[in-house]
Amino acid sequence: MNTKLEIQDGAAAQEFIKGLWKENPVFVAVLGMCPALAVTNSGINGLAMGLATTFVLISSSVLVSLLRNAIPKQVRITAYIVIIATFVTVIDFLLAAFFPDIHKELGAFIALIVVNCLILGRQESFASKNSVGLAVMDAAGMSFGFTFALLCIGLIREVLGSGSIFGFGLFGEGFEPWIVMILPPGGFFALGFLLLGFNWYAQRKKAMA
Amino acid sequence: MSEQEPYMEEEQEPSSARLILTLGIAGFISGLILVSVYLYTKPIIEKNKAEALKAAIFEVLPNTSTYQALGLMEDGLQVLGEAEDAPEWVIYEGFNGEGERTGFALPGAEPGYQDIISALIGYDGSDERIIGFKVLESKETPGLGDKIYKDEAFQLNFKALGTDPNVAVVKKGEKSKDNEVEAITGATISSNAIGRLINGSLEQWKSPIRAYLIRVRDSSGTPQEPAATRSTADSPTTSTEGGGGHAQSNNHAL
Repeated sequence: MNTKLEIQDGAAAQEFIKGLWKENPVFVAVLGMCPALAVTNSGINGLAMGLATTFVLISSSVLVSLLRNAIPKQVRITAYIVIIATFVTVIDFLLAAFFPDIHKELGAFIALIVVNCLILGRQESFASKNSVGLAVMDAAGMSFGFTFALLCIGLIREVLGSGSIFGFGLFGEGFEPWIVMILPPGGFFALGFLLLGFNWYAQRKKAMA
Repeated sequence: MSEQEPYMEEEQEPSSARLILTLGIAGFISGLILVSVYLYTKPIIEKNKAEALKAAIFEVLPNTSTYQALGLMEDGLQVLGEAEDAPEWVIYEGFNGEGERTGFALPGAEPGYQDIISALIGYDGSDERIIGFKVLESKETPGLGDKIYKDEAFQLNFKALGTDPNVAVVKKGEKSKDNEVEAITGATISSNAIGRLINGSLEQWKSPIRAYLIRVRDSSGTPQEPAATRSTADSPTTSTEGGGGHAQSNNHAL
């Protein structure tokens, strides 16, 4: 295993930044589509889902990275799933206890964080091969990138579909909301246009370079 | 996840015992964590639910300051004592500051467009009218079906709704009778579900409440004296103890 024993500032920052932009899990890697489409009908829901995922991803990465030499490779996926599922259930209980409204809105999608391929993917391809420090940076970058993407989709859908931002009305009485945007198809529309914009920008940058 | 491990062949296969042990330990630790978080959050979650129910009772029964739980027993509706195990079917009787009855809060549940809608109905037993309505839980379509609890105009239907012989859902603007509910345009299925929910609940509770009211009137002439279970709006401690126990057991009845 190519374990980096020392954390260089440059390397750590690199691991963090790549998740935010260059390897953004939603806009570039197109991972974790189920929550990205399903719960982003408002800004606050997107943000809450992103933060719940952040908690699970960072905690699991720390544990997987710490245990990377203790877990035999034959059972590693099972062990990762046990770790991830534990953290998901913990956040599920905590949200139900302290943020019952958000828990009600997100419903079954909290439990479904377990099967978010972004999380298992980072354990398998990064946390299990790198030191704790780098794993945390990678997990933080990826999950902030994920949260950012969900927040973008959520805000676009909320502004167009409900005419508000974080529940505050924007346009007054005269605005007829595009209800389709807060229904499931709206998730695909918003994501589609964001992917289009992202790819167009990336290509243009490549062409200019 | 497609990366091939380069060290696949080099290392020796660990014994099955080691694999089982690793997973066993992982499962054990995970179990410990989950049980402790569960035990820690359970009372808070139940308190949240009890408080939501309590708030809903005060909302569907205007001017209510105290309430008591009534359980449906073999011999009709009975006031539930604090220590008693709550029966499957529970309703709530509200009183105002002077101890006069403000009505009954009846739970109801009915499949809507997406999932079961559960609600609390404020019911005036002597007039046999509906005086309030609140959706407790629903997964109706955002923007359309969720108007059953977001749309102000729809809520106005339930301020004073006749129930003779039952509640009927009609198209918007076509309300002509006392017992008709104007449906939400674009959310007919959810609106109809609300109608069925109310009728189902009334069918179950109308006659027990009639019998209860007759019994209470005959026995005392004045409204029943407050029981130990009564909860007050301004003393949250008593209410969680009194209402909370029934509230939990009520949840699966909903």
